[in-house]
Amino acid sequence: MRLRTTAFVSLLAILAATAPSAAVDLSNWKAVEDAARGQTVYFNAWGGAQNINDYIAWAGGILQERHGVTVVHVKLEDTASAVAKVVAEKAAGKIEGGSIDMIWINGENFASMKRQQLLLSPGWADKLPNWQYVDHESKPTITVDFTVPVEGLESPWGMAKMVFFHDTARGLEMPDSFSGLVDWAKKHPGRFTYPSPPDFIGSSFLKQALSETVADPSVLLLPVNEANFSQVTEPFFAKLDELHPNLWRAGRTFPKNKEALRQLLSDNEIDIALAFSPAEASNAIANGELPDTVRSFVFSGGTLGNTHFLTVPFNATAKEGALLLANFLASPEAQLRKQDPKIWGDPTVLSMEKLAAPERAAFEALDLGVATLKPGELGATLNEPHATWMSRIEEEWVRRYGVAN
Amino acid sequence: MSSQPSGLVLDHVVIRIGERPLVSLSANIAPGEVLAVMGASGSGKSTLLAFVGGFLEPAFAASGSVHLDGRDITSLPAHERRVGLMFQDALLFPHMSVGGNLVFALRKSAGTNRRELAEKALAEAGLEGFFERDPATLSGGQKARAALMRVLLSQPRALLLDEPFSKLDVALKQQIRSFVFGEARIRGLPVLMVTHDPDDANAAGGAVVELGAQ
Amino acid sequence: MLRAAPAITILVLLAPVLFGLSATLLPAFGYLPVLGGTGFSLAPFEQLLALPGLLRSSLLSLFAGLVTTLVSVIVVGGFVASWSHTRVFRSLQHLLSPLLSVPHAAAAFGLAFLLAPSGWLMRVVSPELTGFTRPPDWLIVNDPVGITMMAGLVAKELPFLFLVTLAALPQAAPRGKTAIAASLGYGRIAGFLHTVWPQLYPQIRLAVFAVLAYATSVVDVAIILGPTQPAPLSARLVQMMNDPDLSLRFMASAGAVLQLAITLGALAIWLLLERLGGGALSRLAATGWRFGADQAARLLFAGLVVVSAMAIFAGLFVLALWSVAGNWQFPDALPESLTLRTWERQLSMLGRPVLVTLLVGLLSTLVALVLAVACLEREARTGNTGGNRALLFLYAPLLVPQIAFVFGLQLFFLASGLNAGFVALAMVHLVFVLPYVFLSLSDPWRALDVRYLKVARSLGVAPNHIFWRIKLPILLRPLLAAAAVGFAVSVSLYLPTLLIGAGRWPTLATEAVALSSGGDRRIIGVYAFVQLVLPGLGFALATLVPAILHARRRDMSGAS
Repeated sequence: MRLRTTAFVSLLAILAATAPSAAVDLSNWKAVEDAARGQTVYFNAWGGAQNINDYIAWAGGILQERHGVTVVHVKLEDTASAVAKVVAEKAAGKIEGGSIDMIWINGENFASMKRQQLLLSPGWADKLPNWQYVDHESKPTITVDFTVPVEGLESPWGMAKMVFFHDTARGLEMPDSFSGLVDWAKKHPGRFTYPSPPDFIGSSFLKQALSETVADPSVLLLPVNEANFSQVTEPFFAKLDELHPNLWRAGRTFPKNKEALRQLLSDNEIDIALAFSPAEASNAIANGELPDTVRSFVFSGGTLGNTHFLTVPFNATAKEGALLLANFLASPEAQLRKQDPKIWGDPTVLSMEKLAAPERAAFEALDLGVATLKPGELGATLNEPHATWMSRIEEEWVRRYGVAN
Repeated sequence: MSSQPSGLVLDHVVIRIGERPLVSLSANIAPGEVLAVMGASGSGKSTLLAFVGGFLEPAFAASGSVHLDGRDITSLPAHERRVGLMFQDALLFPHMSVGGNLVFALRKSAGTNRRELAEKALAEAGLEGFFERDPATLSGGQKARAALMRVLLSQPRALLLDEPFSKLDVALKQQIRSFVFGEARIRGLPVLMVTHDPDDANAAGGAVVELGAQ
Repeated sequence: MLRAAPAITILVLLAPVLFGLSATLLPAFGYLPVLGGTGFSLAPFEQLLALPGLLRSSLLSLFAGLVTTLVSVIVVGGFVASWSHTRVFRSLQHLLSPLLSVPHAAAAFGLAFLLAPSGWLMRVVSPELTGFTRPPDWLIVNDPVGITMMAGLVAKELPFLFLVTLAALPQAAPRGKTAIAASLGYGRIAGFLHTVWPQLYPQIRLAVFAVLAYATSVVDVAIILGPTQPAPLSARLVQMMNDPDLSLRFMASAGAVLQLAITLGALAIWLLLERLGGGALSRLAATGWRFGADQAARLLFAGLVVVSAMAIFAGLFVLALWSVAGNWQFPDALPESLTLRTWERQLSMLGRPVLVTLLVGLLSTLVALVLAVACLEREARTGNTGGNRALLFLYAPLLVPQIAFVFGLQLFFLASGLNAGFVALAMVHLVFVLPYVFLSLSDPWRALDVRYLKVARSLGVAPNHIFWRIKLPILLRPLLAAAAVGFAVSVSLYLPTLLIGAGRWPTLATEAVALSSGGDRRIIGVYAFVQLVLPGLGFALATLVPAILHARRRDMSGAS
């Protein structure tokens, strides 16, 4: 479906005329609040998890109470359908009064909407009142979304970060980098593996390895270049070749995804598992799927991470209401609740240093779960390589390792 | 056709399988009389019954006609012939009670209280109070009597008996035989019986035809 | 209606197969206008052949099919030869019959949980016997040559083949023949092989072919137990067929054609094996090979049957245990604690798949039952059974690899722009349910004593009335049994549901296999258990309803 949607989207984009968008004056926030009163915000967001739906409902309640803004959660199965809808509206000349006021978004969907000028512009996110608390200095993924500059066209909502976890009861030293992991596997053959790509976690692990082994990381921010592909990836594949014989089952088979990986850790078949959500291990402990001696760790050189955002289409009907909602969701209050593992468990986009003392204390008092790293312990964030790298790497991976001996 | 006498009349009945003639018979069975048809297995006895009853397999070809009380029934479907059929097994329907079997046989027009009629028939057969019984719990003789009452309740104009007593032991055989033939005589039903047991033929006290001897 | 029944049935069985096959064939040669394929070319095949490990995937499928079938036939034949008409035979018959209703996926999960190095068997003997405090790094499940996959297939095909053989056995009149052979000094196995097998085998031959076709193209068992680097062809094809990149559909079609060729190739090899086996058997008979001391061999066959059945039962038990397990670390033989939390969490998710499974199963079974009854009734009234040709029609959907024609049907829905609706899904299920319903119903239907019906006719009752009042009630038990078989088939149907339902109609089978990739044993345990319970309920109803309705009718309680 993805391909067809994308094709459809670009087709309509060609047909669509570029339309001007009505500007909102963000310098006068009081005026924005007044304009928002009575509006209904149609918030298009993936609706597959009950805890997240509950969270959105909570935020809607607050907005109604404080600002008289009604929030309707349009539950999506796939964010691309919201993108397609905006494209269709633009193609139909509907430059205002659109049916979507806000979209939960990142990565390719954002890139595509930005490219096609489907977003409320000029940039507004860095002019929201709560931007003052956002940690855009040490979290580069807040300003660059999968290599695409954000430019204030979307407001940060939450963080995702690659973390590893292991059972401390087994008393093993853990590696601190990808090449450290390769050496670790030599000492502990058969005790590490990763999901086979194109699984999301498996691919992310390869991206992590690629980012760490590439001589000049800046090439990864550009689209893949066939001319230098083999030269750029040579150290990467050399390390993988070194790692694979020492993988679980000697790399002759791979788990299918992170759940399978977690099961292997639980069965004591492997010693290290990985996930893209810092709360993963704590949740598994809470669910009785892992023993409570499991702890998370990251590489000191940084691990892959990204941010998810909220954006407003150019033709949104309730622009002011949407901005109000985006601002509220970036507030310490909403972010605190989002990071609470009992509610959601996503790391905050805010900087602890920028918060007032009581708020900082509230964050620090949050029981993240025994195995979840504190925001300060999550380490540096590596940039996502340009999307084209991954498809080439996956292809090459299947060619090299897809057929075991 | 009004020239035909009452009773069961087989008029130049010839049954062939392919080109080979199997049965060839003319007979006139008066009401209350029994015609016993005898013959070795494979002689076509049962085929003859099937023809009269309306169950002839397509593999057979038949000519001649069958008249019952002056009515030509040769090409009528089986359920419109009013010819009652009994086999060596009682064949009470196993999913119904004994009484249910009898009620099932009653004709639609048979009056208001169907259960009463069935109870009365059971009493006649010495099976008083058997209405609710499971057929499987009846003895061989009881089953045979219930089966006969079932046929009689359907108000047939003739009876076809296919080796009817061959599974009963000697003492019972005697008893059931006289019960069946007696009921047939009382009701004036012509009976066509195929059997390989000469005693059956003797007990019937009527004409005997030997198939395969022709 | 009755007159048209055979024609409708043949249409229902053959039209999707033939239509689906041709709809697979065209895109394989590049033709599928809706995806931009307007001309014919060999590009899809070139693309397919360039896939890494394609040869190995193909050989895996071929090899797995032949080995599974050969082992299944030998074990079933050997077991029946060794033990027919004994007490052992009857008790093992009761052990095997319920396994027929166990969905392939559930059985495969159970085996995986049992056999893995961290599985239950290893936990039971560790660390006391093995010294392992952590599981050994052994590649058992998903082994590269597919031994575990074949073992799983054999364990699941044995009950099917066994029950088919059991049904055919009386026609080969084994008792007198083996007695005579025994009096001439032949052992049980040799006597059976010389006198009964030559007549028995032709009767079960189509079923053997069905096993072969299934095992060469199986998807769910291959995904769960089969090799992964690379996977057998069928498992790889399913990935391509569900890829969001629609351009892969051309290559997938070419792959489906390759799959068809592999199955046909396996059939050709099997025919050759039949001939060689037949020749060897007659030479063996000519030598007077008596094999009098066959005790060990007989025990071996019984042992194999018991082990394979027990493996599935044990696997299902472990599955159920996982669904209520709290923390359960290696090498503990039992979970630290039991909890209903997994069930509580999954219960709300189960609703829709259970509903869809029930609806599709009931609808397809009902239609199959009506068609089968109509055909059999038509046959009873005309005396025309349709003979071997009818049997071949019935087996057609079981002999053509599902992937080869169901994929074509999927492409048809794609090309026509129709959303694959519920009716389409039920129709596809019907194709697979109908043969099983017909085959289970036909024997008891034909075995009904026609004299009951003649008596009823002579009582003056019209045929239609007799059908409803006498025939259906007497045949209630086999009717419900056939319905339960049909429903079980529908519940376990994975690939057609996946391809035609296209995610919009999730059933327990598709959800369970999807979750298998998730690897969360507790959730898999829940789904597999529910997938097991539904057909189990069907069989329970099929036993209970007649028992209650005919509680006071002794002759209705046994098989009629």
